[in-house]
Amino acid sequence: MRPVASLRALLGLGDAEGGTDHWWGQRVSGIALVLLGLWFVVSLLSLPSLEYIAVVEFVGRSMNNVLLSLLCLAAAYHSNLGVQVVIEDYVHSAALNKASLVISRIAHFLVAVIAVYAVIRIGNGA
Amino acid sequence: MSNTERPLSPHLSIYRWPITMTLSILHRATGVVMSVGLILLAVWLTSAAAGAEKYAEFSALMATLPGRLLLIGWSFAFFYHLANGIRHFVWDTGRGFEKHQANASAWFVIVLAVVVTAAFWMLQS
Repeated sequence: MRPVASLRALLGLGDAEGGTDHWWGQRVSGIALVLLGLWFVVSLLSLPSLEYIAVVEFVGRSMNNVLLSLLCLAAAYHSNLGVQVVIEDYVHSAALNKASLVISRIAHFLVAVIAVYAVIRIGNGA
Repeated sequence: MSNTERPLSPHLSIYRWPITMTLSILHRATGVVMSVGLILLAVWLTSAAAGAEKYAEFSALMATLPGRLLLIGWSFAFFYHLANGIRHFVWDTGRGFEKHQANASAWFVIVLAVVVTAAFWMLQS
């Protein structure tokens, strides 16, 4: 709590309550996704096929296991930031806005965990 | 908060629709498409982790026409968002804001996204 209320708080014209972290998080994960995304596309193209054996063999290699986990994490993080802005822009009711933000964050977290868990399981020869 | 007497700046509908606006909206739309598509990626990986049988089931689903269209749409969203994302990174350095530059990069991104998506599926099959 600040000892003195700012003028804009008194007038009810709040700022966006920050945004620098959001901006930086989006850029850094964006750059990571450019690299990881291109790696993933080139990898898909260089696979002999997308049959079970070829895919599991590819995902199972340690380096690919790490890179694919990173891709899933960065994508979920970047996606969460993006969807957050969409919700903030279009969901006007304050309660619904908050609820949507919480649900979106939980959903992104779940997808990230499920995807990385699958990648690691394949890495362990599941 | 809502003072309807306040003067408003001219709204979107007053302007002749520029190509850059289409790209701006597409960037957001393709982002949302990929957010949903992330579930597909998780399901794909989970099916692979679950064994050959589950993986074959998922592959069969994706080989159907709706599945194919979904994947092609998703890949376009990916390549478009990637290309336009790089356009945004260039803007972040303070470059490319002139009207003719923004229009040129807009068309470049659209053409590139379509060409790369087509190339990807030709190389893939």
